[in-house]
Amino acid sequence: MLTIDNLSAKVGGTAILNGLSLAINAGEVHAIMGPNGAGKSTLAYVLGGRPGYEVTGGSVTFMGQDLLGLEPHERAAAGLFLGFQYPVEIPGVSNVQFLREALNSQRKSRGEEPLSGGEFLKLAKDKAGLLKMDMEMLKRQVNVGFSGGEKKRAEMVQMGILDPALAILDETDSGLDIDALKIVGQGINAIMRQPDKGVLLITHYQRLLDYVTPDFVHVLAAGRIVKTGGPELAQLLEAEGYESVAGEMAA
Amino acid sequence: MAETALLPATRDEDWRYADGGYLAGADAGALMQWRTLDVPAGETVLDCGTMSKPGTDRLRVLVRKGGRFEAFTLITGSDYSRVELDVTLEEGAHFEFGGVTVGGGSAVQEFVTRVHHAHPNATSSQTVRAVQWGRATGNFLGRIEVARYAQKTDAAQNFKALLLEKGASANTKPELEIFADDVKCAHGAAIGALDDSAAFYMAARGLAPDLARRLLVQAFIGDAFAALAEDTAREELLNSALRELGDAV
Repeated sequence: MLTIDNLSAKVGGTAILNGLSLAINAGEVHAIMGPNGAGKSTLAYVLGGRPGYEVTGGSVTFMGQDLLGLEPHERAAAGLFLGFQYPVEIPGVSNVQFLREALNSQRKSRGEEPLSGGEFLKLAKDKAGLLKMDMEMLKRQVNVGFSGGEKKRAEMVQMGILDPALAILDETDSGLDIDALKIVGQGINAIMRQPDKGVLLITHYQRLLDYVTPDFVHVLAAGRIVKTGGPELAQLLEAEGYESVAGEMAA
Repeated sequence: MAETALLPATRDEDWRYADGGYLAGADAGALMQWRTLDVPAGETVLDCGTMSKPGTDRLRVLVRKGGRFEAFTLITGSDYSRVELDVTLEEGAHFEFGGVTVGGGSAVQEFVTRVHHAHPNATSSQTVRAVQWGRATGNFLGRIEVARYAQKTDAAQNFKALLLEKGASANTKPELEIFADDVKCAHGAAIGALDDSAAFYMAARGLAPDLARRLLVQAFIGDAFAALAEDTAREELLNSALRELGDAV
Protein backbone atom coordinates (compact mmCIF):
# COMPACT_ATOMS: atom_id res chain seq x y z
CA MET A 1 0.00 0.00 0.00
CA LEU A 2 2.71 2.46 1.05
CA THR A 3 6.36 2.00 0.22
CA ILE A 4 8.86 4.54 1.46
CA ASP A 5 12.28 3.97 0.00
CA ASN A 6 15.41 5.70 1.26
CA LEU A 7 13.56 8.98 1.89
CA SER A 8 15.52 12.08 2.78
CA ALA A 9 14.03 15.48 3.49
CA LYS A 10 14.98 18.81 4.91
CA VAL A 11 13.11 21.63 6.59
CA GLY A 12 14.45 25.17 6.39
CA GLY A 13 17.83 23.88 5.18
CA THR A 14 18.23 21.30 7.98
CA ALA A 15 18.27 17.61 7.03
CA ILE A 16 15.68 15.82 9.17
CA LEU A 17 15.02 12.54 7.37
CA ASN A 18 18.12 10.63 6.33
CA GLY A 19 17.33 7.61 4.20
CA LEU A 20 14.14 6.33 5.81
CA SER A 21 12.62 3.15 4.44
CA LEU A 22 9.31 1.60 5.47
CA ALA A 23 6.62 -0.54 3.85
CA ILE A 24 3.01 -0.78 4.99
CA ASN A 25 0.70 -3.45 3.55
CA ALA A 26 -3.07 -3.39 3.56
CA GLY A 27 -4.47 -4.71 6.82
CA GLU A 28 -1.46 -3.63 8.87
CA VAL A 29 -1.07 -1.19 11.73
CA HIS A 30 2.40 0.24 12.17
CA ALA A 31 3.63 2.42 14.99
CA ILE A 32 6.58 4.76 14.78
CA MET A 33 8.06 5.78 18.08
CA GLY A 34 11.00 7.95 18.86
CA PRO A 35 12.32 10.81 20.92
CA ASN A 36 11.60 14.49 20.25
CA GLY A 37 13.41 15.74 17.18
CA ALA A 38 13.82 12.29 15.63
CA GLY A 39 11.78 13.35 12.58
CA LYS A 40 8.41 11.77 13.37
CA SER A 41 6.26 14.80 12.56
CA THR A 42 8.47 15.67 9.59
CA LEU A 43 7.75 12.24 8.15
CA ALA A 44 4.01 12.86 8.53
CA TYR A 45 4.21 16.30 6.90
CA VAL A 46 6.42 15.10 4.04
CA LEU A 47 3.93 12.33 3.30
CA GLY A 48 1.09 14.85 3.48
CA GLY A 49 2.92 17.29 1.20
CA ARG A 50 3.16 20.29 3.51
CA PRO A 51 4.84 23.29 1.82
CA GLY A 52 8.30 23.94 3.26
CA TYR A 53 9.15 20.25 3.67
CA GLU A 54 11.60 19.55 0.90
CA VAL A 55 12.29 16.01 -0.29
CA THR A 56 15.99 15.66 -1.16
CA GLY A 57 16.10 11.98 -2.05
CA GLY A 58 14.28 8.67 -2.21
CA SER A 59 10.75 7.80 -3.29
CA VAL A 60 7.28 7.11 -1.88
CA THR A 61 4.77 4.91 -3.67
CA PHE A 62 1.18 4.90 -2.47
CA MET A 63 -1.23 2.42 -4.01
CA GLY A 64 0.80 2.31 -7.20
CA GLN A 65 1.16 6.09 -7.54
CA ASP A 66 4.17 8.33 -7.02
CA LEU A 67 2.91 10.05 -3.87
CA LEU A 68 5.50 12.82 -3.94
CA GLY A 69 4.29 13.90 -7.39
CA LEU A 70 0.79 14.67 -6.08
CA GLU A 71 -0.53 17.92 -4.59
CA PRO A 72 -1.68 17.68 -0.94
CA HIS A 73 -5.38 17.61 -1.89
CA GLU A 74 -4.70 14.93 -4.52
CA ARG A 75 -2.99 12.79 -1.89
CA ALA A 76 -6.12 13.04 0.25
CA ALA A 77 -8.32 12.10 -2.69
CA ALA A 78 -6.02 9.14 -3.39
CA GLY A 79 -6.92 7.85 0.09
CA LEU A 80 -4.30 9.32 2.42
CA PHE A 81 -5.45 10.84 5.70
CA LEU A 82 -3.12 12.90 7.86
CA GLY A 83 -4.24 13.25 11.47
CA PHE A 84 -2.71 16.45 12.84
CA GLN A 85 -0.84 16.72 16.10
CA TYR A 86 -2.25 20.24 16.35
CA PRO A 87 -5.54 20.41 14.43
CA VAL A 88 -6.04 23.86 12.93
CA GLU A 89 -8.88 26.21 13.87
CA ILE A 90 -10.88 27.63 10.97
CA PRO A 91 -13.09 30.48 12.23
CA GLY A 92 -16.32 31.01 10.34
CA VAL A 93 -16.42 27.56 8.72
CA SER A 94 -18.52 24.84 10.34
CA ASN A 95 -17.30 21.25 10.62
CA VAL A 96 -20.32 20.12 8.64
CA GLN A 97 -19.67 22.54 5.78
CA PHE A 98 -15.92 21.85 5.78
CA LEU A 99 -16.25 18.07 5.78
CA ARG A 100 -19.03 17.95 3.24
CA GLU A 101 -17.00 20.12 0.85
CA ALA A 102 -13.90 18.01 1.52
CA LEU A 103 -15.69 14.70 1.02
CA ASN A 104 -17.45 15.83 -2.14
CA SER A 105 -14.19 17.27 -3.46
CA GLN A 106 -12.57 13.87 -2.96
CA ARG A 107 -15.53 12.04 -4.48
CA LYS A 108 -15.51 14.33 -7.50
CA SER A 109 -11.84 13.67 -8.18
CA ARG A 110 -12.57 9.93 -8.01
CA GLY A 111 -15.46 10.33 -10.45
CA GLU A 112 -18.13 9.64 -7.80
CA GLU A 113 -21.41 11.49 -7.31
CA PRO A 114 -21.49 14.09 -4.51
CA LEU A 115 -23.43 13.28 -1.33
CA SER A 116 -26.56 15.33 -0.73
CA GLY A 117 -26.95 17.36 2.47
CA GLY A 118 -29.17 14.70 4.01
CA GLU A 119 -26.91 11.79 3.06
CA PHE A 120 -23.92 13.63 4.43
CA LEU A 121 -25.58 14.44 7.76
CA LYS A 122 -26.55 10.80 8.22
CA LEU A 123 -22.96 9.71 7.59
CA ALA A 124 -21.57 12.42 9.89
CA LYS A 125 -23.98 11.47 12.69
CA ASP A 126 -22.97 7.84 12.37
CA LYS A 127 -19.23 8.59 12.58
CA ALA A 128 -19.64 11.17 15.35
CA GLY A 129 -21.46 8.47 17.33
CA LEU A 130 -18.44 6.16 17.03
CA LEU A 131 -16.34 8.79 18.76
CA LYS A 132 -19.11 9.68 21.22
CA MET A 133 -19.22 13.21 19.84
CA ASP A 134 -22.39 15.28 19.89
CA MET A 135 -23.68 16.38 16.46
CA GLU A 136 -24.05 19.87 17.92
CA MET A 137 -20.24 20.04 18.06
CA LEU A 138 -20.04 19.27 14.37
CA LYS A 139 -22.26 22.25 13.64
CA ARG A 140 -19.74 24.50 15.36
CA GLN A 141 -16.76 26.15 13.67
CA VAL A 142 -13.86 23.85 12.83
CA ASN A 143 -11.88 23.28 16.05
CA VAL A 144 -12.71 26.76 17.37
CA GLY A 145 -13.20 26.61 21.12
CA PHE A 146 -12.55 22.84 21.18
CA SER A 147 -10.37 21.48 23.99
CA GLY A 148 -7.24 19.53 23.04
CA GLY A 149 -9.07 16.24 23.52
CA GLU A 150 -12.11 17.38 21.53
CA LYS A 151 -9.88 18.39 18.64
CA LYS A 152 -8.35 14.92 18.53
CA ARG A 153 -11.75 13.26 18.67
CA ALA A 154 -12.94 15.58 15.91
CA GLU A 155 -9.95 14.48 13.83
CA MET A 156 -11.11 10.88 14.17
CA VAL A 157 -14.67 11.84 13.20
CA GLN A 158 -13.18 13.47 10.10
CA MET A 159 -11.28 10.27 9.39
CA GLY A 160 -14.46 8.24 9.73
CA ILE A 161 -16.32 10.49 7.32
CA LEU A 162 -13.55 10.65 4.72
CA ASP A 163 -12.91 6.88 4.97
CA PRO A 164 -9.26 6.84 3.83
CA ALA A 165 -7.22 3.81 2.74
CA LEU A 166 -4.25 4.86 4.85
CA ALA A 167 -4.23 7.00 7.98
CA ILE A 168 -1.07 8.62 9.27
CA LEU A 169 -1.89 9.74 12.79
CA ASP A 170 0.61 12.19 14.24
CA GLU A 171 0.45 12.03 18.04
CA THR A 172 -3.28 11.62 18.03
CA ASP A 173 -2.91 10.42 21.64
CA SER A 174 -1.34 13.61 22.97
CA GLY A 175 -3.66 15.80 25.03
CA LEU A 176 -6.10 12.95 25.68
CA ASP A 177 -7.21 11.86 29.13
CA ILE A 178 -7.65 8.16 29.88
CA ASP A 179 -11.34 8.01 28.88
CA ALA A 180 -10.80 9.94 25.66
CA LEU A 181 -7.78 7.79 24.83
CA LYS A 182 -9.96 4.70 25.04
CA ILE A 183 -12.67 6.27 22.85
CA VAL A 184 -10.13 7.39 20.25
CA GLY A 185 -8.42 3.98 20.29
CA GLN A 186 -11.73 2.22 19.75
CA GLY A 187 -12.57 4.72 17.01
CA ILE A 188 -9.32 3.98 15.16
CA ASN A 189 -10.02 0.25 15.39
CA ALA A 190 -13.61 0.60 14.20
CA ILE A 191 -12.72 2.82 11.25
CA MET A 192 -9.33 1.53 10.14
CA ARG A 193 -8.91 -2.08 11.36
CA GLN A 194 -9.92 -3.54 8.02
CA PRO A 195 -8.22 -5.84 5.53
CA ASP A 196 -8.04 -3.12 2.86
CA LYS A 197 -6.79 -0.30 5.12
CA GLY A 198 -3.53 0.62 6.76
CA VAL A 199 -2.50 2.80 9.71
CA LEU A 200 0.72 4.52 10.67
CA LEU A 201 0.59 5.68 14.29
CA ILE A 202 3.17 8.23 15.29
CA THR A 203 3.54 8.43 19.04
CA HIS A 204 5.81 9.10 21.98
CA TYR A 205 4.11 6.73 24.34
CA GLN A 206 3.05 3.16 24.51
CA ARG A 207 -0.36 3.95 26.03
CA LEU A 208 -2.33 4.36 22.76
CA LEU A 209 -0.89 1.00 21.68
CA ASP A 210 -2.75 -0.62 24.58
CA TYR A 211 -5.94 0.10 22.64
CA VAL A 212 -4.68 -0.12 19.06
CA THR A 213 -2.33 -3.05 18.92
CA PRO A 214 0.28 -2.53 16.20
CA ASP A 215 1.53 -5.31 14.00
CA PHE A 216 4.90 -3.59 13.74
CA VAL A 217 6.71 -1.05 15.90
CA HIS A 218 9.54 1.02 14.48
CA VAL A 219 12.00 3.17 16.34
CA LEU A 220 12.92 6.38 14.57
CA ALA A 221 16.14 8.13 15.50
CA ALA A 222 18.12 10.79 13.63
CA GLY A 223 15.83 10.54 10.62
CA ARG A 224 16.05 6.79 10.06
CA ILE A 225 14.34 3.65 11.29
CA VAL A 226 16.88 2.09 13.62
CA LYS A 227 14.89 -0.84 14.94
CA THR A 228 11.76 -2.75 14.01
CA GLY A 229 9.86 -5.28 16.09
CA GLY A 230 6.44 -6.37 17.27
CA PRO A 231 4.25 -4.82 19.97
CA GLU A 232 6.74 -5.99 22.60
CA LEU A 233 9.25 -3.43 21.29
CA ALA A 234 6.93 -0.65 22.44
CA GLN A 235 6.90 -2.14 25.92
CA LEU A 236 10.67 -2.41 25.93
CA LEU A 237 10.93 1.26 24.95
CA GLU A 238 8.50 2.23 27.67
CA ALA A 239 10.52 0.26 30.23
CA GLU A 240 14.03 1.18 29.16
CA GLY A 241 13.68 4.51 27.33
CA TYR A 242 14.71 5.51 23.83
CA GLU A 243 18.26 6.26 24.72
CA SER A 244 19.20 2.74 25.68
CA VAL A 245 17.33 1.16 22.76
CA ALA A 246 18.00 3.74 20.01
CA GLY A 247 21.40 4.81 21.36
CA GLU A 248 22.54 1.21 21.23
CA MET A 249 21.45 1.06 17.59
CA ALA A 250 23.15 4.27 16.59
CA ALA A 251 26.40 3.17 18.20
CA MET B 1 -10.96 77.65 -12.17
CA ALA B 2 -14.06 77.55 -10.00
CA GLU B 3 -14.87 74.03 -11.26
CA THR B 4 -11.58 72.45 -10.22
CA ALA B 5 -11.78 74.01 -6.77
CA LEU B 6 -14.79 71.77 -6.09
CA LEU B 7 -12.90 68.58 -6.91
CA PRO B 8 -11.49 66.77 -3.90
CA ALA B 9 -7.85 65.69 -3.87
CA THR B 10 -5.89 63.19 -1.80
CA ARG B 11 -4.59 66.02 0.38
CA ASP B 12 -8.13 66.31 1.76
CA GLU B 13 -8.33 64.16 4.87
CA ASP B 14 -11.50 62.34 3.80
CA TRP B 15 -10.01 61.51 0.41
CA ARG B 16 -6.47 60.66 1.51
CA TYR B 17 -6.56 57.07 0.20
CA ALA B 18 -8.61 57.84 -2.90
CA ASP B 19 -7.31 57.36 -6.43
CA GLY B 20 -5.80 60.76 -7.20
CA GLY B 21 -5.67 60.16 -10.92
CA TYR B 22 -9.35 59.28 -11.02
CA LEU B 23 -10.32 62.34 -8.98
CA ALA B 24 -8.37 64.68 -11.23
CA GLY B 25 -10.25 63.51 -14.30
CA ALA B 26 -13.69 63.14 -12.71
CA ASP B 27 -16.79 65.25 -13.13
CA ALA B 28 -17.08 67.22 -9.92
CA GLY B 29 -20.85 67.41 -10.07
CA ALA B 30 -21.32 63.65 -10.22
CA LEU B 31 -18.51 62.94 -7.80
CA MET B 32 -19.66 65.24 -5.02
CA GLN B 33 -23.39 64.65 -5.22
CA TRP B 34 -25.23 63.48 -2.08
CA ARG B 35 -28.39 61.44 -1.87
CA THR B 36 -30.43 61.91 1.27
CA LEU B 37 -32.60 59.64 3.34
CA ASP B 38 -34.86 60.36 6.29
CA VAL B 39 -35.66 57.41 8.54
CA PRO B 40 -38.85 58.27 10.47
CA ALA B 41 -39.01 57.85 14.24
CA GLY B 42 -39.38 54.23 15.31
CA GLU B 43 -39.06 52.85 11.79
CA THR B 44 -36.44 50.60 10.18
CA VAL B 45 -34.95 51.14 6.74
CA LEU B 46 -32.79 48.46 5.15
CA ASP B 47 -30.48 49.33 2.29
CA CYS B 48 -28.68 46.44 0.51
CA GLY B 49 -26.65 46.82 -2.61
CA THR B 50 -23.64 46.14 -4.75
CA MET B 51 -21.55 48.88 -6.26
CA SER B 52 -20.07 47.28 -9.35
CA LYS B 53 -19.14 50.38 -11.33
CA PRO B 54 -16.50 53.04 -10.67
CA GLY B 55 -17.56 56.30 -9.12
CA THR B 56 -18.91 57.57 -5.82
CA ASP B 57 -22.12 56.86 -4.00
CA ARG B 58 -22.70 59.28 -1.13
CA LEU B 59 -25.69 59.02 1.15
CA ARG B 60 -26.63 61.36 3.99
CA VAL B 61 -29.04 59.81 6.47
CA LEU B 62 -30.99 61.20 9.38
CA VAL B 63 -32.29 58.48 11.69
CA ARG B 64 -34.99 59.94 13.88
CA LYS B 65 -35.79 58.99 17.45
CA GLY B 66 -35.77 55.22 18.00
CA GLY B 67 -35.36 54.55 14.28
CA ARG B 68 -33.02 52.07 12.71
CA PHE B 69 -30.94 52.29 9.56
CA GLU B 70 -29.26 49.15 8.24
CA ALA B 71 -26.89 49.25 5.28
CA PHE B 72 -25.10 46.28 3.75
CA THR B 73 -22.94 47.08 0.79
CA LEU B 74 -20.55 45.22 -1.47
CA ILE B 75 -18.04 47.09 -3.63
CA THR B 76 -16.72 45.22 -6.66
CA GLY B 77 -16.07 48.17 -8.97
CA SER B 78 -12.82 48.60 -10.89
CA ASP B 79 -10.75 51.82 -10.98
CA TYR B 80 -12.03 53.96 -8.11
CA SER B 81 -15.21 53.09 -6.22
CA ARG B 82 -16.29 54.88 -3.08
CA VAL B 83 -19.30 54.42 -0.86
CA GLU B 84 -19.76 57.18 1.67
CA LEU B 85 -22.30 57.27 4.45
CA ASP B 86 -22.98 60.24 6.67
CA VAL B 87 -25.38 59.18 9.39
CA THR B 88 -26.88 61.31 12.14
CA LEU B 89 -28.55 59.45 14.99
CA GLU B 90 -31.24 60.94 17.16
CA GLU B 91 -32.07 59.62 20.61
CA GLY B 92 -32.12 55.81 20.85
CA ALA B 93 -31.56 55.37 17.11
CA HIS B 94 -29.37 52.61 15.66
CA PHE B 95 -27.08 52.37 12.66
CA GLU B 96 -25.96 48.94 11.48
CA PHE B 97 -23.38 48.74 8.72
CA GLY B 98 -21.70 45.86 6.93
CA GLY B 99 -19.35 46.64 4.08
CA VAL B 100 -17.18 44.42 1.90
CA THR B 101 -14.71 45.34 -0.81
CA VAL B 102 -13.59 42.61 -3.22
CA GLY B 103 -11.24 43.40 -6.05
CA GLY B 104 -8.01 42.92 -7.94
CA GLY B 105 -6.25 44.68 -10.78
CA SER B 106 -5.58 48.27 -9.85
CA ALA B 107 -8.94 48.91 -8.19
CA VAL B 108 -9.19 51.35 -5.29
CA GLN B 109 -12.31 50.52 -3.31
CA GLU B 110 -13.32 52.38 -0.19
CA PHE B 111 -15.89 52.94 2.46
CA VAL B 112 -16.02 56.27 4.22
CA THR B 113 -18.45 56.64 7.09
CA ARG B 114 -19.23 59.46 9.48
CA VAL B 115 -21.60 58.65 12.31
CA HIS B 116 -22.89 61.53 14.40
CA HIS B 117 -24.13 60.41 17.76
CA ALA B 118 -25.96 63.66 18.31
CA HIS B 119 -28.29 62.55 21.12
CA PRO B 120 -28.21 60.12 24.07
CA ASN B 121 -28.72 56.34 23.91
CA ALA B 122 -28.00 55.87 20.22
CA THR B 123 -26.00 52.86 19.05
CA SER B 124 -23.98 52.03 15.96
CA SER B 125 -22.14 48.95 14.77
CA GLN B 126 -19.93 48.84 11.69
CA THR B 127 -18.11 45.82 10.26
CA VAL B 128 -15.98 46.22 7.15
CA ARG B 129 -14.00 43.50 5.36
CA ALA B 130 -11.64 43.97 2.43
CA VAL B 131 -10.39 41.19 0.15
CA GLN B 132 -7.85 42.39 -2.41
CA TRP B 133 -5.38 40.94 -4.86
CA GLY B 134 -3.28 42.17 -7.77
CA ARG B 135 -2.35 45.76 -6.95
CA ALA B 136 -5.77 46.63 -5.60
CA THR B 137 -6.45 48.61 -2.44
CA GLY B 138 -9.28 48.40 0.08
CA ASN B 139 -9.89 51.30 2.46
CA PHE B 140 -12.07 52.12 5.42
CA LEU B 141 -12.20 55.57 6.92
CA GLY B 142 -14.60 55.60 9.81
CA ARG B 143 -15.34 58.66 11.85
CA ILE B 144 -17.48 58.56 14.96
CA GLU B 145 -18.54 61.82 16.59
CA VAL B 146 -20.16 61.76 19.98
CA ALA B 147 -21.75 65.07 20.99
CA ARG B 148 -21.45 66.62 24.45
CA TYR B 149 -24.85 65.41 25.67
CA ALA B 150 -24.97 62.09 23.79
CA GLN B 151 -24.52 60.01 26.96
CA LYS B 152 -24.86 56.20 26.83
CA THR B 153 -23.71 56.16 23.25
CA ASP B 154 -22.54 52.68 22.22
CA ALA B 155 -20.52 52.75 19.01
CA ALA B 156 -18.32 50.07 17.48
CA GLN B 157 -16.37 49.72 14.27
CA ASN B 158 -14.21 46.86 13.06
CA PHE B 159 -12.08 46.53 9.94
CA LYS B 160 -10.19 43.52 8.65
CA ALA B 161 -8.39 43.12 5.36
CA LEU B 162 -7.30 39.95 3.64
CA LEU B 163 -4.58 40.44 1.05
CA LEU B 164 -4.40 37.44 -1.26
CA GLU B 165 -1.26 38.53 -3.06
CA LYS B 166 1.82 40.61 -2.48
CA GLY B 167 1.19 44.02 -4.02
CA ALA B 168 -2.38 44.35 -2.75
CA SER B 169 -2.92 46.81 0.10
CA ALA B 170 -5.38 48.14 2.60
CA ASN B 171 -5.68 51.35 4.60
CA THR B 172 -7.80 52.21 7.56
CA LYS B 173 -8.15 55.24 9.76
CA PRO B 174 -10.54 55.17 12.68
CA GLU B 175 -11.37 58.62 14.01
CA LEU B 176 -13.19 58.97 17.28
CA GLU B 177 -14.24 62.38 18.49
CA ILE B 178 -15.92 62.05 21.86
CA PHE B 179 -17.29 64.91 23.93
CA ALA B 180 -19.55 62.94 26.30
CA ASP B 181 -18.11 61.08 29.29
CA ASP B 182 -20.41 58.09 29.70
CA VAL B 183 -20.05 56.27 26.36
CA LYS B 184 -18.67 53.10 24.82
CA CYS B 185 -16.69 53.43 21.61
CA ALA B 186 -14.79 50.40 20.29
CA HIS B 187 -12.66 50.06 17.22
CA GLY B 188 -10.37 47.37 15.87
CA ALA B 189 -8.38 46.68 12.73
CA ALA B 190 -6.29 43.87 11.31
CA ILE B 191 -4.62 43.35 7.95
CA GLY B 192 -3.23 39.98 6.97
CA ALA B 193 -2.78 37.22 4.42
CA LEU B 194 -4.58 33.88 4.12
CA ASP B 195 -3.65 31.48 6.89
CA ASP B 196 -1.15 28.98 5.39
CA SER B 197 -1.72 26.40 8.09
CA ALA B 198 -5.49 26.49 7.53
CA ALA B 199 -4.90 26.16 3.77
CA PHE B 200 -2.72 23.08 4.27
CA TYR B 201 -5.17 21.59 6.77
CA MET B 202 -7.98 21.96 4.24
CA ALA B 203 -5.83 20.52 1.45
CA ALA B 204 -4.98 17.55 3.66
CA ARG B 205 -8.72 16.85 3.86
CA GLY B 206 -9.03 16.90 0.08
CA LEU B 207 -10.07 20.46 -0.72
CA ALA B 208 -8.46 21.88 -3.86
CA PRO B 209 -6.69 25.22 -3.25
CA ASP B 210 -9.36 27.30 -5.02
CA LEU B 211 -12.16 25.70 -2.99
CA ALA B 212 -10.23 26.09 0.25
CA ARG B 213 -9.59 29.74 -0.50
CA ARG B 214 -13.24 30.28 -1.34
CA LEU B 215 -14.34 28.78 2.00
CA LEU B 216 -11.81 30.87 3.93
CA VAL B 217 -12.81 34.06 2.13
CA GLN B 218 -16.49 33.27 2.59
CA ALA B 219 -15.93 32.89 6.32
CA PHE B 220 -13.91 36.10 6.38
CA ILE B 221 -16.47 38.34 4.66
CA GLY B 222 -19.39 36.56 6.32
CA ASP B 223 -18.79 38.69 9.44
CA ALA B 224 -19.81 41.83 7.60
CA PHE B 225 -23.17 40.44 6.53
CA ALA B 226 -23.91 38.41 9.66
CA ALA B 227 -26.26 41.09 10.99
CA LEU B 228 -28.34 41.03 7.81
CA ALA B 229 -31.44 39.13 8.88
CA GLU B 230 -32.86 38.43 5.42
CA ASP B 231 -31.31 35.16 4.24
CA THR B 232 -31.93 35.73 0.54
CA ALA B 233 -30.37 39.18 0.55
CA ARG B 234 -27.40 37.96 2.58
CA GLU B 235 -26.73 35.03 0.27
CA GLU B 236 -27.05 37.25 -2.77
CA LEU B 237 -24.36 39.60 -1.44
CA LEU B 238 -22.10 36.71 -0.43
CA ASN B 239 -22.49 35.01 -3.80
CA SER B 240 -21.76 38.24 -5.68
CA ALA B 241 -18.61 38.66 -3.64
CA LEU B 242 -17.48 35.08 -4.27
CA ARG B 243 -18.20 35.39 -7.99
CA GLU B 244 -15.84 38.33 -8.07
CA LEU B 245 -13.23 36.23 -6.32
CA GLY B 246 -13.38 33.79 -9.24
CA ASP B 247 -10.92 36.02 -11.08
CA ALA B 248 -8.45 36.11 -8.21
CA VAL B 249 -5.11 34.34 -8.06
